[in-house]
Amino acid sequence: MFYREALNLAIDEMMEIDESVVILGEDVGFYGGNYKVTEGLYAKYGEKRVIDTPIAENSIVGIAIGMALGGLRPIAEIMTANFAMLAMDQIVNNMAKLRYMSGGKIVLPMVVRMPQGVVKQLASQHSQSLESLFAGIPGLRVFTASDCITAYHGLKTAIKLDDPVVFLEHTLLYFEKFDLPKDSFYNPFKARVLKEGKDLTIFSYLKMVHDVLKVVDKIESTLNVSVEVIDVGPLNPLDLETLTNSVKKTKRFVIVEENPKHGGFGAQIVSSILEECFYNLDAPPLRIAGEDVPIPYNRKLELLSIPTPEKIYLKIVEWGKQNGL
Amino acid sequence: MEQSLAEKFYYFMKLGRVFELRAKEEYMKGNIGGFLHLAIGEEAVHVGATIAFDKGDIFVHYRDHVYALAKGIDPKYLMAELFGKKTGISKGKGGSMHFYEPSLNFYGGNAIVGAHIPHSVGMAYARKFKGENTGVLVAFGDGATNAGNFYESLNLASLWKLPVLFLCENNYYAIGTRIDRASAITDIYLKAKPYMLSKQIDGMDIFEVYKAVKEAKEYIQEESKPYFIEAITYRYEPHSMSDTGNYRSVRELEIAKSKDPIEKLKKSGLLSENYINYIDNLVEKEIEEAVEFAKNSPEPEEIELYTDVFCEVCKNVLP
Ligand SMILES: Cc1ncc(C[n+]2csc(CCOP(=O)(O)OP(=O)(O)O)c2C)c(N)n1
Repeated sequence: MFYREALNLAIDEMMEIDESVVILGEDVGFYGGNYKVTEGLYAKYGEKRVIDTPIAENSIVGIAIGMALGGLRPIAEIMTANFAMLAMDQIVNNMAKLRYMSGGKIVLPMVVRMPQGVVKQLASQHSQSLESLFAGIPGLRVFTASDCITAYHGLKTAIKLDDPVVFLEHTLLYFEKFDLPKDSFYNPFKARVLKEGKDLTIFSYLKMVHDVLKVVDKIESTLNVSVEVIDVGPLNPLDLETLTNSVKKTKRFVIVEENPKHGGFGAQIVSSILEECFYNLDAPPLRIAGEDVPIPYNRKLELLSIPTPEKIYLKIVEWGKQNGL
Repeated sequence: MEQSLAEKFYYFMKLGRVFELRAKEEYMKGNIGGFLHLAIGEEAVHVGATIAFDKGDIFVHYRDHVYALAKGIDPKYLMAELFGKKTGISKGKGGSMHFYEPSLNFYGGNAIVGAHIPHSVGMAYARKFKGENTGVLVAFGDGATNAGNFYESLNLASLWKLPVLFLCENNYYAIGTRIDRASAITDIYLKAKPYMLSKQIDGMDIFEVYKAVKEAKEYIQEESKPYFIEAITYRYEPHSMSDTGNYRSVRELEIAKSKDPIEKLKKSGLLSENYINYIDNLVEKEIEEAVEFAKNSPEPEEIELYTDVFCEVCKNVLP
């Protein structure tokens, strides 16, 4: 099924069983969602629960906060993470903090969903990865969805949870197809080992997971090693246990991230892991990240600005050879 | 009726005044830290509106002490919050600008100018959704009406026909900037006119505030539509304890103080001297007790640093 369908299914199922679940955002209702994530929901649940809003991002999140205070379980869709910048006050200063500042009196069961990432030739105001902004805010849970399993189960969990969740999707995944084994066990609070291996671990999340999976066989045969691949999943709180267990086993790790390297979320992963298992390492960690530039429009330059399967392969092989693999 | 109302008004305005004067004193002594925004002079708006709005939901800004008191929160827990103590209304984690008591329909307390305005719209949506037509009141300063949140919220409350009462306390200043230096429209109620019924009232007269808010509440509940009130008021104290307040003349302050809402009520003839004396004593005692309570309360335990960040992850959310 399409990734966008998995998200749609998660919302639909939750709206079906729980009257208090509502979704609001720009174009989510009558129009069916810019990326068709909310398609069909307006017809099924009506305008009272599938709510079209004007272009007013800060108020979309602010209103969702008020709805959560009033006993609803709102899902606010921000068209893309780029526009979430206009909602940063509500996300950072309100959504993340009301529970703490009220000594636990205020509970906000709400989700803010948004796609992010580098798309195709949309230029820098419409193409960027901003996860480190959200993941650095205490009080916000940050989930990432890299396929249908994480999209479907992760979003359902986010909706059921009594915490405010920023749910990050990747624009380029919406029209990708993945399996959704409905009965598979999945814990959205944990990282997922997608492939087991012995000699090095590759961490990634969102779309980069797939770019890694595309070249992992080639890396294994070129270096003659076995590679473990982990989808980091939640970025806050981070599942450090799964991450460090893997590194203690493989003794080497690589992070593949689309966001700019400077201040990118991979820096957090590296430091968290080093604090725990510096002496387990046989090689310095490698970060394959976006360049520290706004994303250019030109397709050639755009591809130069982010990791691609080709680059991932070459950089890991080079690093492997330098580090005794 | 008039008389018992007057008695209630007097009690809460006096309680608010004494609470804040005492808070100021304790601040000077170093017992209270951070920001402290006093509403002295504005009691008629805070008390009149809160009492008139009765059981409805209330959202206010950082100048929240008197609203919280008038909502019926025990001054002990509010004073303890100012002292940062474990027994505070927000366990000492919120401070002056973050009083909350959802069980009394009191939702803050917000330190970001205008941020709580959309919250009130969302709350009204949720209440209407559930068929609970209690009405939502949101109070903010004149300064907040120049921000985008304000217009976004007026638009949606009007478009979605939500029972929200927007209450602007026009005290002419946003910190040190006088209204005519920041706003092209200085009669604030005119800003709301295209969206909803809107009027300007004397915010130094508690009966006028009470009556206007009461009528507005009935209107928003019956019609399920928003309403806007601009209450003209004044704060005697500087914006906060860190403000010197030197942007206003002595003369201007004197004129404002001559309209003091508490003195005005005293002179109305509705209250007996006995009652006034009784309340004055009672309030002094209550606030003294609140300060004692705050002083003697323990600091939060260190473990409290880590609580109230997330809820306990319940197993039943997992697939
Ligand atoms: C978004 C934002 N910008 C600036 C501030 C700093 N600030 C705090 S109160 C204030 C003035 C607000 O004035 P007004 O809305 O008239 O309310 P009043 O203090 O007069 O009651 C300012 C600028 C803030 N808290 N939030």
